[in-house]
Amino acid sequence: MTPLAVSIGGALASFALVLIVLELIRSHRLRERYALLWLVTGLTLTALSAWREGLNTIAGWFGIRSYPPAVLFAVGILFILAVLLHYSTVISRLSDQNVVLAQRIALLEQELRQGESASGGLAR
Amino acid sequence: MPETAEQGAPTAPPAGLGELRRVAIVPALNEELTVPRVIGELRAFDPGLVVVVVDDGSADRTAEVAAANGALVLRLPFNLGIGGAVQTGFRFAFEHGFDLAVRVDGDGQHDPAQLARILEPVLRGEADIAVGSRFAAEKGGYRSSRSRRVGIRLLAWIVSRIAGQRVTDTTSGFQALNRRGIALFARDYPHDYPEVEATVMLLRHRLRLQEVPVSMRERGGGSSSITTLRSIYYMAKVLLALFVGLFRRNVVPQEETE
Repeated sequence: MTPLAVSIGGALASFALVLIVLELIRSHRLRERYALLWLVTGLTLTALSAWREGLNTIAGWFGIRSYPPAVLFAVGILFILAVLLHYSTVISRLSDQNVVLAQRIALLEQELRQGESASGGLAR
Repeated sequence: MPETAEQGAPTAPPAGLGELRRVAIVPALNEELTVPRVIGELRAFDPGLVVVVVDDGSADRTAEVAAANGALVLRLPFNLGIGGAVQTGFRFAFEHGFDLAVRVDGDGQHDPAQLARILEPVLRGEADIAVGSRFAAEKGGYRSSRSRRVGIRLLAWIVSRIAGQRVTDTTSGFQALNRRGIALFARDYPHDYPEVEATVMLLRHRLRLQEVPVSMRERGGGSSSITTLRSIYYMAKVLLALFVGLFRRNVVPQEETE
């Protein structure tokens, strides 16, 4: 059985994560789109920590007899991997878009300069 | 009550429109087939309307076709999603000092002839935003997949509870807004699947919303941006946004200094 302190500590920490994520959304520092995965992580870990019998049962499925909280670590790491992978896709998209933006600005600047010289290079 | 327009029959623009600077915001994504008709119908409804097509990174000739049909075109360098596209239009309307904006989708499902009805409450000063609702009427001419209808109804119910006002169609993009509405949306507009959150945002900022029964047409081309799988994600996202929105302090926007 999981030590009680581990259950309590795990549940409190995971629930704190949920609250922090909600507060970040509320104060417009985190978009809902990027928060969903964090929330699922926090809620799952909270549930697994608090529901001691459940954790035991799940640990049993995987043949973990000595230390059921190992399941918490495994699930936690799995979610962290998912979040990281998600962020990698987000960063890839952002860098692609950044390239497009830079190119558009270069083209606009060129058009602007051409327009200026066509109108006699009038400075304001 | 505004007189009910015959469906599809062009109706004259309501009185009091002439003095206002007014703009039509038309978000379009790969809509080259339907955009010319939408622009034409908007012009036919009200020749004084400035039509702005926001091309949300289309792969087809949407931007060229829109420009050739006399619309102003805001061409986004890549796809921002409907919320980002529509907000581009609101920013344009705000910065260029428009008094009145209507939003009409580029896919042709909104019939500009029905704009007269949607404009009425805003022109009479009874609403800051008027929304064409498919469900406000006794029998709507709106056909859609069953799951989608259920989703729309569920969202409408939740939004009604949060907002304290009966809202029947939270996903309608067929809207008319006055300067206050334009100012709010130019500053802050939700991102994907934005209309639901925008409705709550409006009401929490104490803007007056009225729904007007309209019927919508079959989509003229393209496909809906919302597939079944994505709608689950959207539902979760929107519910989260609505829930968190409850705990936000909302500033009531000041009256514009004219």
